[in-house]
Amino acid sequence: MEVERRSLSSKQASARQMLRGDLEGEDLDRYVEERVVTTTFEKMLNLARANSIFPLTFGLACCAIEAPISVVTARYDLARFGAEALRASPRQADLIILSGRVSIKMAPVVRRLYDQMLEPKWAISMGACSSSGGMFSNYAVVQGADKFMPIDLHIPGCPPRPEAVMYGFSKLQRKIIGNADQGWRQRYNAAGTEEWARGGPASAPSPEAAEAYEAAREISLA
Amino acid sequence: MPDAPGLELIRGEIERDHPGSVLATSFDRAQAALVVDPAQILTVLSWLREEPGQSYRFLSSLHVADYLPAAPRFGVHYELLNRDRVERLRVKAMLVDPAAPALPTIDSCVELFPTAEAQEREAFDFFGIVFRNHPDMTRILLPDDYVGWPQRRDFPVGGEPVTFTYNEHTYG
Amino acid sequence: MAELTQDRATEVMTVNIGPHHPATHGVLRLIVDLEGEVVKDLKPVIGYVHTGIEKSCEDKSYWKVIPFVERMDYVSYFFQMEAYCGAVERLVGLEIPPRAKYLRTIFLELNRIHSHLVWLGTTALDLGAISMLWYCFRERDRILDLFEMAAGQRMHTRYFQVGGVIEDIPLGFEKKLREFIADMPVRVGQYQALLDRNEVFLSRTKGVGIVSRERLLELGVTGPLLRAAGEPWDLRKAFDYLAYPEVDFQIPVGTVGDNYDRYRVRVAEMVESTKIVEQALDLMEEGPFIADDRKYVLPPRSELSTSMESLIHHFKLVTEGFRVEPGEVYYSIESPRGELGCFVLADGSSKPSRVHFRDPSFVNLQAFKDMAVGSYIADMIASLGMLDPILGGVDR
Repeated sequence: MEVERRSLSSKQASARQMLRGDLEGEDLDRYVEERVVTTTFEKMLNLARANSIFPLTFGLACCAIEAPISVVTARYDLARFGAEALRASPRQADLIILSGRVSIKMAPVVRRLYDQMLEPKWAISMGACSSSGGMFSNYAVVQGADKFMPIDLHIPGCPPRPEAVMYGFSKLQRKIIGNADQGWRQRYNAAGTEEWARGGPASAPSPEAAEAYEAAREISLA
Repeated sequence: MPDAPGLELIRGEIERDHPGSVLATSFDRAQAALVVDPAQILTVLSWLREEPGQSYRFLSSLHVADYLPAAPRFGVHYELLNRDRVERLRVKAMLVDPAAPALPTIDSCVELFPTAEAQEREAFDFFGIVFRNHPDMTRILLPDDYVGWPQRRDFPVGGEPVTFTYNEHTYG
Repeated sequence: MAELTQDRATEVMTVNIGPHHPATHGVLRLIVDLEGEVVKDLKPVIGYVHTGIEKSCEDKSYWKVIPFVERMDYVSYFFQMEAYCGAVERLVGLEIPPRAKYLRTIFLELNRIHSHLVWLGTTALDLGAISMLWYCFRERDRILDLFEMAAGQRMHTRYFQVGGVIEDIPLGFEKKLREFIADMPVRVGQYQALLDRNEVFLSRTKGVGIVSRERLLELGVTGPLLRAAGEPWDLRKAFDYLAYPEVDFQIPVGTVGDNYDRYRVRVAEMVESTKIVEQALDLMEEGPFIADDRKYVLPPRSELSTSMESLIHHFKLVTEGFRVEPGEVYYSIESPRGELGCFVLADGSSKPSRVHFRDPSFVNLQAFKDMAVGSYIADMIASLGMLDPILGGVDR
C-alpha cells in the first residue's frame, strides 16, 4: 500500500516537473516515448474508420438472418467491434454485406446501392451464393457478385455462421487499417501460389491483376 | 381424396351436365385427377366449385408442368380442395404447344378463384402460357425485359461452368 | 382555406418503397399511392431474389434436390424438406419408421417456433419494440443450437432424407430439448408481458389490417392469417401426416382478424408447438430412424467396409440416385405461414421432371393490398410485418 502511494506521489511530482518544463534530456525522451505515439494522419483516420464501421441494413436471402440480424443480437454482439449501428440509407453506410444470392433482377439495384455509398466504402460478399453463385448455377442468379461490383472480402459458408462473419469482419478491419492479412499464404510462406481465373485461351492474368498480385506479394514477403 | 369409384362418379356427373368436357381420369398414388378439355376448363372448374355435392371451393395451387416429349405438352394443374370433406382433386388441362412465336392459351380462372392471379402470372412468367382475360398478364418474378420461358424443359439451365486456373498446364 | 386543404388532400403521390428497405423484410418492392398519409393503392413487385430453384431441381437427382428446396423459405427450412421428402416418399411408396415420424415432428415444431420467433423479433422491431429482437433471438439461438447438435448446421440442415432422417439424435439432445421446452412457455409469457400491456403496441395493432374471412379464403390465404380471422383451418388437423394425429394440441383462432389477432395466434402457436414437441418426445421409442429400403436409402456407414452389396447400393445411390416410376404427387403440410405444397412430377429417370412449391408467402402476399389499403403508411408497414412474408419463399 505504501509502495503504491509513494509511486503515485512520485508520478505526480514528475508531472509537476513536466508542467514547469523542468524535464530535460533522457528523462524527457523516455517520457515522450512512453506516452506519445506518432503516426500519420491517414493511419489514424483508418484506425478510427476500422473501429466504427456503419454497415448497411441490407439483406438478400438466407444469410441476411445470420449476418445483419444475428451478429448484432446478444450472443454475437457485433457492437464489440464497433459496428452495431446499422444504417438504413446507403448514404450513411460504409459497408455493404451482400448476404445471399444476387439475382439478375437484383444486381442493378445492388450496384446502385453500392454507387450511392460514400467513399471510403467496403463490400463483403457473404456466403457461397454472392461469392460465386454457389449451388445455384442457373439462369436466374449472377454467378458471383464481383462480376458487377468490387468485393473486398468473401466469407465462405452456406450460410456462414455468425462467428465466421465476425472473423471476416476482423479481417476487414485489418484491411482498412492497411495491414491486410495475407492469410495462410503468409503463414506457410506460400506467396506466389495465387491462382487467376482464366480469361481466355491465353491464360495469363490481366496487367492490372498482375500488378495487384505483385503488390500483394511485396506486402506478404515484407 | 375421392377414391377411384368416387372419381368416376364425379366424371359421370360432369359428363351428364357438360358432355365432352372430361377427357380422362387418373387415380395414381392415392391422388385423383381429372384431365379436362382446355376449352371447357372454366365450365368444369365452376361446376366443381358450385355444384352442391362437390363444392371444391378452395384452389390450393395452380402450377404448370412441362411433359416435353409427350404430345399435348403443357399440363396446367389446378389443385382443388373441398375443405368440408377434406378432399383434394387435381384438374389437369393439357395444352398443345403451338409453333414458336405463338403461345399456348387457356382461360383464366381469376374470376372463380382470385387466388389464381399471382399463380397464373407465375405460370406465364416461367412457361409462357397465356391466360385469357387475366387482369394483368405480365412477368412477375423475372425482369420485364427477360426473353424466354426459363422453366420449359428445352430451356437450358444456364449458369457457368467452373473456371480453371491459368497454370493448370503446370499441374496437369 | 377549405378549398386549399381539399386540393391538397386529393393529391395522390406515388411512393416507391424498396427493394432495399429495412421494413420490407427482404427485398420486396412496394409501389404505393398515397393521399397524404393514407394508402390508396399499392402493388407489390417481387422477384428480386428469384433463384430459379425449381429449374435447378430438374437438373439434380432426387436426393440432391433436398438442399435446394431448403433454401426457398429460409426461415422454415425443415418444412420445405418435409414437403419435398414426403412427396417423393409418396411417389415411391416408402413408409417411414415411427421414430423418424416423431423426430420429424419434433424438428418441424421447433422450426415453427424458430420461424415465429424471427417473425416476432423483426415485426416488433418495425413497431419500435427493439428489445423484442434481442429476446427473440436469444431463444432462437437456443433452437439453432439444438439443430446444430442433431444435424451439424445452424440453418439449412439437410436433416430429413427420403425415408426418414439422416442421423439419430445425439446423446444429451433430449435433456437439452426438455430444458428448452420447459423454458419456452415462460419466455412466451415474458414476451406477452412486454407487448400485451404496451399501449403503443396495442394501438398500433388493434383494429388494423382487418380482412374478412371470406375474402381471405377467396385469396387462398392460409396459416395464421386465416386462423386469426376465425377460421380454424390447419392442415395438421385436417390431413393425417407424421405424428400429428397422435399428439394432442389445439389450434389458436382469432376473432376479428386484425393485426393483434395475428400476433396472438402466432404467440399461442409457439406454446402449442412446445406441447407437441413434449408429447412427441414422450411417445418416441427407440428404433430405426430411417427406412430399411436399400433401393432408396443409403446403407449405414458401418456396413460399407464389410458388405459388398452395401457398397454397391451406396455407390449407385450416390452417383446416379434412385429412379422413380412416372407419376405425379402433390403433398402439402402446414408451414408457419400456411399451406406449403410440393408438386413433384417423375418421368421415370433419376431426376424429377418438375418440382413446384406452392409457397404460402407467395399466395398470402396477394392479401396485402386488402390489408393495407385505407390505412396509414405506418400501419402498412405493421401489416406487412404481420403478414410475415419470406421473400425467398415468395420468389423461389
